[in-house]
Order: sequence, then structure tokens, then C-alpha cells
Amino acid sequence: MSYDVAVVGGGPAGLAAAVTAARTGCRVALLDASPRLGGQFWRHDEEASGAGHRAWSVFAGLRAGLLDTGVEYTAAAVTWFAAREPAGFSLRVAGRPPVAARRVVFATGTYDRALPFPGWELPGVVTPGAAQALLKGSGVVVGARVVVAGAGPFLLPVATGLLAAGVRVAGVFEAGQPLGYARRPGAIAAGKLWEATGYAATLARHRVPYRTGHAVVAARGRSAVSSVEVMRLDRQGAPVPGTRRTIECDALAVGYGFTPQLELPLALGCDTRLDVDGNLVLEVDVAGRTSVPGVYAAGEVTGVGGADLALTEGRLVGTVVALASGRSSLYPERELTRLLARRARQRRFARLMHEVHAPPAGWLSWLDDATLVCRCEEVPLARIREAVTELGATDPRTVRGLCRAGMGWCQGRVCGYPTAAITASLGGRALSAADLASFAHRPIAQPVPLGDLAGLAPGPEPGPGARR
Amino acid sequence: MSWIRLPGAPAFSIRFDGVPVTAVPGQTVAAALWAAGIRSWRTTRGGGAPRGLFCGIGACFDCLVTIDGEPDQRACLVPARPDQLVTSQAGTGR
Amino acid sequence: MSRPAGTDVVVVGAGIIGAACAYQLARAGARVTVLDAGPIAGGTSSAGEGNLLVSDKLPGPELELALGSLRRWWELGDQLGAGTIELERKGGLMVAGSEPARERVSALAADQRAAGVTVIELAGDQLADYEPRLAGGLAGGAHYPQDAQLQPMLATAHLLRGLDVRCGSRVRAIETDGRGRVRGVRIGSVLVRADAVVNATGVAAGELAATVGTRLPIQPRRGFILVTAPLAAPGEPGPIRHKVYAADYLSAVASDAAGLASSPVVEGTRAGTVLIGSSRERVGFDPAYPLPVLRRIAREAVALFPFLAAVPVLRAYRGFRPYTPDHLPVIGPDPRVAGLWHACGHEGAGIGLAPGTGALIAAMVTGGDPELDPAPFAPARFGGDLPPGRAATVDR
Repeated sequence: MSYDVAVVGGGPAGLAAAVTAARTGCRVALLDASPRLGGQFWRHDEEASGAGHRAWSVFAGLRAGLLDTGVEYTAAAVTWFAAREPAGFSLRVAGRPPVAARRVVFATGTYDRALPFPGWELPGVVTPGAAQALLKGSGVVVGARVVVAGAGPFLLPVATGLLAAGVRVAGVFEAGQPLGYARRPGAIAAGKLWEATGYAATLARHRVPYRTGHAVVAARGRSAVSSVEVMRLDRQGAPVPGTRRTIECDALAVGYGFTPQLELPLALGCDTRLDVDGNLVLEVDVAGRTSVPGVYAAGEVTGVGGADLALTEGRLVGTVVALASGRSSLYPERELTRLLARRARQRRFARLMHEVHAPPAGWLSWLDDATLVCRCEEVPLARIREAVTELGATDPRTVRGLCRAGMGWCQGRVCGYPTAAITASLGGRALSAADLASFAHRPIAQPVPLGDLAGLAPGPEPGPGARR
Repeated sequence: MSWIRLPGAPAFSIRFDGVPVTAVPGQTVAAALWAAGIRSWRTTRGGGAPRGLFCGIGACFDCLVTIDGEPDQRACLVPARPDQLVTSQAGTGR
Repeated sequence: MSRPAGTDVVVVGAGIIGAACAYQLARAGARVTVLDAGPIAGGTSSAGEGNLLVSDKLPGPELELALGSLRRWWELGDQLGAGTIELERKGGLMVAGSEPARERVSALAADQRAAGVTVIELAGDQLADYEPRLAGGLAGGAHYPQDAQLQPMLATAHLLRGLDVRCGSRVRAIETDGRGRVRGVRIGSVLVRADAVVNATGVAAGELAATVGTRLPIQPRRGFILVTAPLAAPGEPGPIRHKVYAADYLSAVASDAAGLASSPVVEGTRAGTVLIGSSRERVGFDPAYPLPVLRRIAREAVALFPFLAAVPVLRAYRGFRPYTPDHLPVIGPDPRVAGLWHACGHEGAGIGLAPGTGALIAAMVTGGDPELDPAPFAPARFGGDLPPGRAATVDR
């Protein structure tokens, strides 16, 4: 095997794992799909000085650590296949020779989770991650008058980032009720976060309306979004009749948390569980070992929990990989104990935040028959309902087969959660891990030209064309 | 639309459907188009509906566009480069 | 539930075969309940391409069944709506890479023609008229206008529509009354009574048959399909017009090799994607996606259609074809238990053969006249009995 360990993902978790392992002498390969390191959390443009980024010095240190330790780092590496080999694992990367490693760490992060609503397919409706990527990665603002909505603590830095760039933020609408339920531990934790980070003060200073228990239920416009409709939600997370308000905007950044990218570890047979936020995540032990010997995971793929937790898990996984490779631990035992305690604490905190910022239970009621659920194949709710109520589909995979939801380019990345939730709801049951699993398995993890798959001379790639 | 800071390296030009669009090094094609006020660059193959950016990080495949003759490139991932020819896609772009 | 109100027949298996049997039985006046451990079309039925072929069959009982079954699919298209199940007369194109292969195609065509198949032989320079993007330099081939395609999950769903279908009902055993007559099926600890039981459980059919001591040597034969990005708008013609496959496809199908037998099969779909197969391996139920197999499928497809090299693959899916040693399906009465019928073992031809199978089963169960001689498909042909003490229940 060429490497002691291959790390897939160059965000906080992947960087921490790669550098930790490499510092003990492991031969490490790091594959990152983006042209620049940092994942989503440290997304930056070519000029980046760290302004507007948290913990930038940590990133700078890790990036330097890659160079110091001789990690074999490949940028713009689209990993489309993972397989077990006799002495480890192989990873297929578009347009490049395969990577073979004794062990593999998946730190592939997440993408925003979207819930459909009427008009969500209008140009100008994007996810909070898209607004952030435009801003941090390319120095471009998503609009002049922007509404930020959805659920989760991520809405706040997106809104304040836009404000710092001179954008008018017409409102921030959080579906959860972080401040309203003082008795719930999650609410208390969220309240602390709210105060500590100063977001409240920033939004107030800019006179940005911030409403909890509210959701955008529709986007309107002709060729692009020109206004959104916001409603108050009741305790069950359903829109309250009579509370609809229209807010003009030229962009809407809306998202409900994040969905982990699991296709590669799933292809290797890793077990999953349903996390508190309704996500399928990898089952791991405290050191990041998955159910498959030799396969490890760190960061959001083990449970969405933010960059600090990702760094902690990356360090732990890097350590345990080093030990498994016959090296010593980078950290003394005392430090490992602290890391483990920190991980436990951060995971508890993440769980609390998930409770507070869960997708509102009543979101299905803001859909109408014509609302697109699958954007790629343009499948409206009516066809999904027909598949269940008329054609006998009892699970999301059958729904997909009957109406093509999840069969387009994104292979269910965006519509997987909504389709699974709608199917479960129509079947009168709670969403289960099995419901999500059928959309999460993608043996071909990323689109790959048939010629590449055939092992012929590399042709043009469907992904980022960084190596022209 | 607007930049939030002046570029250090010189701006350059790409073309979208024949029209010049300004970009700076490190920007994605999607960002350059967005900054020029362009919100959509393809139409869906079923309903002919306009699409542009959605997830912005390469997961949703909404932002597909033809770049230098190759269809179905994710505009949010491909770096803008001088003299790129970006063309909108109707349907499959093939 | 001890007897779903007024059920005469329990069909075990809600795939295309079970659905076709249930549909025909219901039309014949029987009261039918369909049971499946999983969802409808959850097994092999959703792992294929929806092909209805006569081109890939040698003259004999299977071809005769296929011709009758194909006629019945067009009738079903009228009843259910051809557009509803995406039934279309696509036509098949078998291509030969060499002159010897072309001669074999020609000989096969003559035999098939005598058996009622419409087949038009083509010289190498005529192939491009049918498929402009086909690789050059092929020796020739044959066009089969009767070959058709549909969407198998939709077809299964529409055949089952309106019937009593219970998903999530795992049948653990067929029960007899101890005097050689079927009593019903067991789900958990509950006995579902019926006068007749049809075993349409696909790759699991051998296990279910074993619960009454009957030997059906059905084994899984794994196959993969690659799916491209959409290359055409829904319903619009795509770059590939027919089902196109290489002449050595037949030998791959007919092969008894446990190792990989592959032969390129390429066709478009109504949705605008292109489906690429095919491979056959006897590896039990190994769920892995071995890259060398996918690679071989991909390579063979590019050899037929060079433009595919630049086309992105979005997905790979996998299925297990239920395969019998003589490559003929199992359709008919259990050799020892009265009232028990088997409809299984269709390997990779299940979609095409489904209505014909359903018609045979319906005739046999209700005492009508089968429209063709079912003897070649008889379950008894495998020699019947298992040693006592085998598999009392299906535990999977």
C-alpha cells in the first residue's frame, strides 16, 4: 500500500487528522475536492488574510503543518469510488492514478439541507452555504437586499457576513425557538451562544429584524426571486394561518442545517445511525473508528456539530491512526483525555442545538401539489403523493423508481431528505434511517466520464476543470 | 453587482453567451456571472425553467453550464480563467 | 388475519411476476392477496432495464412464451395505458464485430424467423442508418422491430393497482394440511389460509419451495447497470435509438460460468438517460460493486459507442437474476403439494415473460386451458424432493 492513511476532505477535520498522523511519521495522502483547503468553514479567496474568519490561525497552522510534514496533498481531487483491497483500500480520483492506503479517514463534511417550498426553484433562491461560498470564496455578495432564513446557528454568521459586506439584510427568520423555552437545556445553550457571539448586537445595530419561530413558506418572482412570504410557526412547527407577510428581496439564503456526505464510507460498508437532527451519520467510537476495520471518520460525517468538534475529532482520529500504524501518539495521554472530554462535551452541545433548530415538524403543510420536491427531475409533490397513495409505494426507494425523484444529476442529495420525510409522513410513520439510506448510497460517488470508468486515457472531466 | 474588496491581481474577462464578464483570479465562474447580475444560465430539460446557483458548493448540480465547449460543468466549482467561453445550456446542453 | 376476507389465492411476491399472476388471476375471477416481505418491485424487478425481448432467445419454449407474452404486454398497454407504463416499441439491434459473428447472427436469425420472430439482417454499412453513433467497422447485425421496453416499477405498480397487496409481510413457510394439499402461508406465527398459493418470490423462490420439501435449484446471477447523465429531454429521442447489444450477448446469457460473463448492452430511456450493461456472475448474493466488473461493462459500451467515453455516469445499480440450470423459468404446479404453484426462475427475462407467465398460472390455477404447453417449465423437472429435515422456514 502506498500510504499509511488516505484522508478524504480538506476541511477542519481532515486537516487535523492528516497533520496529526503525519507529524508522527505516517505517510499521509490528503485528497480534497476543492481547489483550496479549508472546507466550508474556512472557505476563502486567493487574497485571504483571515479577516472575517474564525480561528484562522488554526487553519494557517494546519496548512503549514501539511507542508512541514510532507503530506501528499492533492487539490481539486474528485474521489468517485472507494473499494476494499487485500491490504487496505483504494480510492479512485478523476483524471488521476488511484490512491492506495492501508487506512482511510473520511472527513467529507456536509452540504446545506434544503426543504422545498413553493418557488424555491427560482433563481436567486440559494442556500446559506451558497451565500457564504460566494462571499468568502469569491468576494461576491449574493444580493443587494437579502433575506436569510431556515434553521440553525449558521444563519447568523451568514447574515452578519453579508452586513459587513454592505448588504441590506431584510430579515433573518429562524424556524426554531432558541430563546423562547427557557426550561429546555437546548434553549439555554442556544441562548448562551446567542449572547456570547454578539450576533444579537450586530443585527440590532443594523436594524435587521430577527424572528424566531418563523419560516419562509414561499418565494415569488418571474425569472428570479423578488419577494418571499414569511409566516409564524406554532409550537408544532406548522405555519399559523393569517400570519403571512411579504418581504421584498433580490436574494433568499435559506437552509435547515446540513446533510453529511457519506457515499464513500457507505460504499465500504460502514454502519450508520439516525442522528437527532434527522440525518444519517456514520457510527463511530470515541476515536473515530467506523464499523469497518481500517476505516475512520471525523467531523460532520459522524454527526453535524461544527468546526471545533471537527478539529477535536480530527486530532483524535489522527492519533489513533498513528498508533495503529505503529507510530506513537502526537499527544500525551493527558491531552488525549482532554480531547476525549472535549469531544463528549461538544457532541452534547451539538445534540442540544439540534433539538432547538430541528426542521419544523409542520413544514410539509407549506407544500402545495405543484411544489417541486426533486429539482433535477422537476418532480412535484403530487407525483410523490401519487406514488404512495395510488401506486402502492411504501418506501422512498420505490417512490424514486416510480416518479424519478432522486434520479437526476444530484442523485437525491437535495431531494433525498424531503422525499424520505414525505414518504414516511404519507405512510403514517416517523422518518427512519432506512428511509434515508436508499438515497445516501451512491457506489459511483461523483459523476465520472464513462471513459474514466473504463480505465481509458482520461478524457474531459465533468467536475471542476482545475487541471486544464 | 459588487466586489467587497478590490482585487490584488488584475481582473480579466470571460465571455458568457458572447458577452464579456469581468472576473478576478480565484473566483468561480458562478461568482463572476453573479457579480455581473446574471442569475441563471441554464433551463431545465423538462419544464424549460431557468436555473443558476443553489447550493453553491457542488452538491446540487443546479448550476450546470457549458464551459469551453464542455457541457454540464458545475459553475460553482470551476475557477474562472481568462478568455473562458461560457455558454448557457438549454435542457441537457448536448 | 387468518384469511383475508374471501381470498382464494395468495401470491407470494409483489415483483413483476407476482403482479402479472395476480392481475390475471383477478381477471379470471379469483380473489387474490399479494404478500411481500418488502416493497412492491423490490427485488430483481427494479434492477433491470425493462426489456421485452424476442431477439435474445433461441427457438424453443422460452421464445414461444416470449412471443405470446409480448403480445400480452401490448394488450396490457391498451388496458393500463402505454404511456403510463412507458411501453414503447423500441426495437433491438444486435451487432456483430466480426464476419464469423455476423454469420452466427445470420444463422440465428433464420432459426428465429422460422419461429415467428421478425428479423431484418443488416450489412455493416447499413448499421449507421439505425444507429448513427455506432462505432464503425462492425461486420453487420440484425434488427428486431418487435423488441420493446417499458418501465418495470410502473408496470408492476399498475398491474397491482386495486388488488389486496400487503407489503412488509414476510412469508416464512408454505403450509400444507399433511395430506399433500396446501393450506396457506405462514407470516410470523399467523397462518394465512388460501386454496391456492403462487410462489413468485424470485431469487428466494428456492428457499420458499424448500419449506414444503420441493427442490427448485434457483441461484442468483449478479448483474450491474450503469446510468448516464440525461442526454435528452424526457420523451425526446436520444443519441441511441434502439436497444443495442453485441452478438455475443446470447452466449453470455446462456453461459453456465460462475465467473464474469459480460457483453455490452446499451439503450436509452424515456427519461433521457442511457442504461449500460451487462454482466453476469454467480457470486451468491455478494452485494459488492467490484470496479473491474464496472470497468468491463464501461469499456465494452465505449467500444460500441465511442461518444460515450465523454458522457458522465451518474449511478450504478445492481441486481440478482434468479437463474435455473437449464435457463428456463419455473411455471407450474408443485410436484407434490396440490394447490401450490411456482412462477419463478426467469433469470434476466422476467419483465418480458411476465404476462405470459401470469396467463399460464391463471389458467392452471382456475382450471382453464393454458395457451401454450407448460411442460418445459414444469417445477417437477428438477427431480422434486429435498432430503427430509431441510429448511422448515425462510429465515432471511
